[in-house]
Amino acid sequence: MNHLFRERAPITPAGWDEIEKEARRTLRALLAARRVVDFKGPLGWNASDVELGRADPIPSPPSGKDVQARLRRIQPLVELRIPFDVSREELDAIDRGARDPDLDSVTAAAREIAIAEDRSIFHGYQAAQITGICQKLESVAVPLGSSHADYPLAVATALTRLRDDGIEGPFAVVLNEQLYKDLSARTDGGYPIISHVQRLVDGDIVWAPGIDGGLVISQRGGDFELSVGQDFSIGYLEHDTRRVRLYIEESFTFLILTEQAALPLTTGRPA
Amino acid sequence: MSSESLHESAEALGTEVVDTHRAIVSLMEELEAVDWYNQRAKATGNAELRAVLEHNRDEEKEHAAMALEWLRRTDPKFAQHLKTFLFTEGPITEIEAEMVHGQGNGGSDGAGDAGAAADDGSLGIGSLRKAGGTK
Repeated sequence: MNHLFRERAPITPAGWDEIEKEARRTLRALLAARRVVDFKGPLGWNASDVELGRADPIPSPPSGKDVQARLRRIQPLVELRIPFDVSREELDAIDRGARDPDLDSVTAAAREIAIAEDRSIFHGYQAAQITGICQKLESVAVPLGSSHADYPLAVATALTRLRDDGIEGPFAVVLNEQLYKDLSARTDGGYPIISHVQRLVDGDIVWAPGIDGGLVISQRGGDFELSVGQDFSIGYLEHDTRRVRLYIEESFTFLILTEQAALPLTTGRPA
Repeated sequence: MSSESLHESAEALGTEVVDTHRAIVSLMEELEAVDWYNQRAKATGNAELRAVLEHNRDEEKEHAAMALEWLRRTDPKFAQHLKTFLFTEGPITEIEAEMVHGQGNGGSDGAGDAGAAADDGSLGIGSLRKAGGTK
């Protein structure tokens, strides 16, 4: 038994299969940052930090005034956990072979924690000592313009600036729900705007409900690193006669190694 | 082309299954190369050639390990079995029984089963990059 205490849950293998399938499906559909940043791990639940390779001088130790001391810098992992309840009636139905179990609580929890991870990576999470990509690059963001037809030009501008800075591709574009919808639905001269954008980049156009605006990001690797200790897992908290309380949990941190390797796209008008 | 060995149409299989197929075929090729280099290194009487062949053989092992790691990150069941058997000691055939019975006993106060006990609970999401991540 590990710290998730899954064995204590009154859930059969069939029940676990359905819960995990639902959580996995939602996480894979919603997680966007994992599609465009480097992934390191899983390092395990025991992993507490990521070494940064840097050290700061500190005062000499007591009784050693001639001894020089440096304190190593580390980036701690943050633990994210979201509890949810599953009805025991639904779990019983799964065991009877029901093919339409109501697992909305699993979906909602998976959605919330997926967006929490994405927002930490894109916009930062100060309490967890995470600086987000868009947060770091706010001052150099490229405005998308006032019309949807301007979007391809904004992406082209961002690509030119990235290449001018010596950043190589392939490049991917990350867009929030509204921008993705706008680009998919609207046309310019009968040609879908999203197709214009797709022709500009050699990477993917990624739908990301956890980002404000958008982002053009290099996919060459080595620029943005998501370090995961325990990858998304489901654990057990408690149960009574009506419901089982579970949770989805992960531990991670995020590092920007080359801040020039991405440019945010903002929905404001051009300056 | 690795897709020539697909047993169903690529359209019916989808991107994830085809990518897994690519990784499995790649792993097979790397291990086959290890075997070939190993035999050639053993057979040659030329010491310099043997050193080159042994060097190349060991590079293929690195490639195989990378392909296997990609599979581990992509396939939760693969990850579970690798976690069970890799970097262990003692008779390999007894590891699974030991783990199931050992943890099954520990879970006797709960309602879980041995299968769940053997699972670390990870959903195996990992990297979602099409290239499978870089680290």
